[in-house]
Amino acid sequence: MYTQAMDIAAAKGEKPGKPTRLENPEYQAQFDDKVDRGDFIEAKDWMPEAYRRTLVRQISQHAHSEIVGMLPEGNWITRAPSLKRKSILLAKVQDEGGHGLYLYAAAETLGVSRDELVEALHSGKAKYSSIFNYPTLTWADIGVIGWLVDGAAIMNQIPLCRCSYGPYARAMLRICKEESFHQRQGYDLLLTMMQGTPAQRDMVQDAVNRWWWPSLMMFGPHDAQSQNSADSMRWGIKRISNDELRQKFVDATVPQAQVLGVGLPDPHLKWNEQRGHWDFGAIDWDEFWNVVAGHGPCNRERLQARVSAWEEGAWVREAALAHADKRAARARAA
Amino acid sequence: MERRQWPLWEVFIRSRNGLDHKHCGSVHAPDAKLALQMARDVYTRRQEGVSLWVVRSDQIVASDPQAKPELFDPAADKIYRHPTFYQLPDAVDHM
Repeated sequence: MYTQAMDIAAAKGEKPGKPTRLENPEYQAQFDDKVDRGDFIEAKDWMPEAYRRTLVRQISQHAHSEIVGMLPEGNWITRAPSLKRKSILLAKVQDEGGHGLYLYAAAETLGVSRDELVEALHSGKAKYSSIFNYPTLTWADIGVIGWLVDGAAIMNQIPLCRCSYGPYARAMLRICKEESFHQRQGYDLLLTMMQGTPAQRDMVQDAVNRWWWPSLMMFGPHDAQSQNSADSMRWGIKRISNDELRQKFVDATVPQAQVLGVGLPDPHLKWNEQRGHWDFGAIDWDEFWNVVAGHGPCNRERLQARVSAWEEGAWVREAALAHADKRAARARAA
Repeated sequence: MERRQWPLWEVFIRSRNGLDHKHCGSVHAPDAKLALQMARDVYTRRQEGVSLWVVRSDQIVASDPQAKPELFDPAADKIYRHPTFYQLPDAVDHM
């Protein structure tokens, strides 16, 4: 999802984050040396401005994705089919909120405020993963999101645990530990449905058909079209290319679909003995860019939900501050 | 009117008795009581701790990263401060 976010900026004509000049050649050399050695960069260390900007963009968009990602699943909390499934879904959505908060905190170490980050999301300036602009039409969607969407996210996120920026890497470690639960509960949900009625099995197949391609798009454009990747690779922010991660995801997922007993909606999906990988069909990039540009099925609804949650919560934030001020004043007077 | 933000707090968790509190992240909160509550919600959803500390981030005094050489390099050539510096006869080397 973050890889996608980085590519979006380039495609919209924003200048890719290349340093135009060395702000301080001596510091730059030390920085390059640290990154090359695989050392971590910490919050107060000197870093090139372009590195800082790229990280702010990537980490904050990753955070926004977690927060907006709560919405499609939150849609089903009240309609979960059992108390057990409701508890699991609540825990998962709570995790997404937590992940968003870890990541906002990591982004803030780079000198941006939480309010600036939230503002950028609400004004549409910052993006979030396009996957969350698709609707969750049936209960099977909840399972498929866990299995495919979180599965793709994990594939993307594991290399980030080794990213060169310490606060981001530590947040990712924590997130990856929790994310595995998300994928497994989704698969477990689908296994249960597949043992149900033909209508339930059809529901799973329908959800897989709708989510398969958007899940593959989560890895971002092909490497050749991914302009920001080179800088991010050099800086140790990105470790594995979009296409390589996508292939890993397909290779891991096909056998899981077989165990589940569902088909994947791609007539070109075929084991390639020579490559030792699954071949798959062409991705509809027009659909991807269309959703990124704001024309997906749920873009307006998602953003609207975030903006109203923020605005309607404003009085609570203010009241809490007023209360804290009053208590502090009393403590001083006493 | 300029909107005031909730201040930032650093969160430290003791994962179990017998271990130190360790920094784990940060939260925004209007006061100490809510900071503890939020730290509990955000950082201990899976029994990660038995005790929490929160401290206002602006109350932490940190060393300057650029001062790393003068602060920490002087220890590099004082290997005699480590027990392994001393070669003792095998008979007493477990000392």
